[in-house]
Amino acid sequence: MRKVMTGHKAVAEAMRQIEPDVVAVYPITPQSEIAEYYAEYVHDGIVHTELVPVESEHSAMSACVGAAAAGARVMTATASQGLALMVEVLYIAASMRLPIVMALANRALSGPINIHCDHSDAYLARDSGAIQIFCESAQEAYDYMLMAQRVAEHDEVRLPAIVNLDGFTLTHSSQVVEPLPDGVAKKFVGNYKPFYPLLDVDHPATWGPFAMPDYYFELKRAQAAAMEKVPAAFLEVQKHYSKISGRRYAGFVEGYKLDDAERALVVMGSTAGTAKAAVDQLRAKGEKVGLLKVWLFRPFPGKEIAAALAHVERVAVLDRALSFGAMGALYCDLAAAFVHAVHRPTFVNYIYGLGGRDTTVDQLVQVFAELKDAHPDEGLRYIGLRE
Amino acid sequence: MKEIRWHGRGGQGAKTVSQILAQINLREGKHVQAFPEYGPERSGAPVRAYNRIADEEIVIHSGVYSPDIAVVVDETLLESEKPADGLKPDGVLIVNTTCSKDEIRKRTGFRGTIVVLDADRIAREAGTGFANVPMLGAVAAVLGTEWKLAEEELRETMGEKLSHEVLEKNVAALRAGYEAAKGVRGGR
Repeated sequence: MRKVMTGHKAVAEAMRQIEPDVVAVYPITPQSEIAEYYAEYVHDGIVHTELVPVESEHSAMSACVGAAAAGARVMTATASQGLALMVEVLYIAASMRLPIVMALANRALSGPINIHCDHSDAYLARDSGAIQIFCESAQEAYDYMLMAQRVAEHDEVRLPAIVNLDGFTLTHSSQVVEPLPDGVAKKFVGNYKPFYPLLDVDHPATWGPFAMPDYYFELKRAQAAAMEKVPAAFLEVQKHYSKISGRRYAGFVEGYKLDDAERALVVMGSTAGTAKAAVDQLRAKGEKVGLLKVWLFRPFPGKEIAAALAHVERVAVLDRALSFGAMGALYCDLAAAFVHAVHRPTFVNYIYGLGGRDTTVDQLVQVFAELKDAHPDEGLRYIGLRE
Repeated sequence: MKEIRWHGRGGQGAKTVSQILAQINLREGKHVQAFPEYGPERSGAPVRAYNRIADEEIVIHSGVYSPDIAVVVDETLLESEKPADGLKPDGVLIVNTTCSKDEIRKRTGFRGTIVVLDADRIAREAGTGFANVPMLGAVAAVLGTEWKLAEEELRETMGEKLSHEVLEKNVAALRAGYEAAKGVRGGR
């Protein structure tokens, strides 16, 4: 049934249906409402989850690691500075192969302090070893919360997963969302079978050991191997989910009017929707433009992106965070994906939307116009910046 | 697609009714968005909230800059918030005021359709005290929404939180706002 709900309500609904054993969470704008909704479900006896109200996000992720190692299905949610505090422990969660699923209400990192959206928090955790998915809408946030659970817990994967949804733009905006019936969602997510749970005292195992130069490298290589298993698991889960939901999820990226496009934008998150409107506007005038929306950011689907853009002449890559002293992170990943390609489009890197700066259809139409005569060795460009 | 911009002050419930409007529009089978503008929130400070209503899926996630309808819940914002800015020339400006349309036209310089209603008085007489609900009624009327759908949604949404008596007062306030703006079509 279609309902009007905010992005955080959509995420909380997915969490209610997943009903993890443990949620350890600390409130931070614009994530707080997710924690509040879930605390209400626990209080009202709607879910039987051990809610751990910790004193910081560092503790939240630490409690998640402890509970997950003990054998529990574990979830959390955070944003910005909260993720910054979690990152130290998130690396450990990934190295211990703990499938902790979290919603990240994307918010700019301080300073200056700001509460609005950009992707600097997600980029901070880029190399943590967590799977990262970006969502265009509240509907996608709901859908990917359920799918992320299955991907993270896949027997060959067992890694933490972050579901990114743009702070305020998606978290606090009421939109039409169609959740699955409880039974269907619960059946899809299924039961979780932990590997070597600490509480299985009859079968003791060592968790989080010290590793010196003689073993550290091999352990990290093994972790990389787990990440390499994500794409196949992701496609398998999408296929199953598309079948039960009637919504089409097929691939690590979504192309929009891309097949015959001469110019294209590459973007992650809610701005992908605004970009669709820009594409429609220009298509109505006969311009061959398209969009590539990236769902899966980690692991990065370079090959698939290179294939999807192979025929495009000019591409603007939009990063919603600065990597000071370098080009944007998404741009760098894309450039690497094309390094062996025979035909390379001309790439331009735009930085947009920092600290919640609005990005409009008109501005994206303008980006398409600028692309017409883009030169390959230009530096960063900016959208909607006063200079 | 229709876009609406609400002007109110923190605590007057502009955001709340923008969300109820989205639910009413969903009942009509529309695609909807409702979102407030977040700044340093405090009681009494100017706040804006927005609605998008469309027959097709809404993909845009940017702000609203040229609304079809602007709603002023608090008349004291008329000069400072410039609600007519960006409002489409053939749009509708709905103001909670005791002034006449001509006076509002003079104060705002807006040349399109102006709807005036004394939502404060309506709220007082209904016994609710909040102008947001009669303004919601006015917007629903301007949009051409069936009264029955608006009433059903208000009863369902507010019925969870309010006593029967207070709910009936709110329905009366919604109805009075709806009647005050009925006949003005600018929404669709």
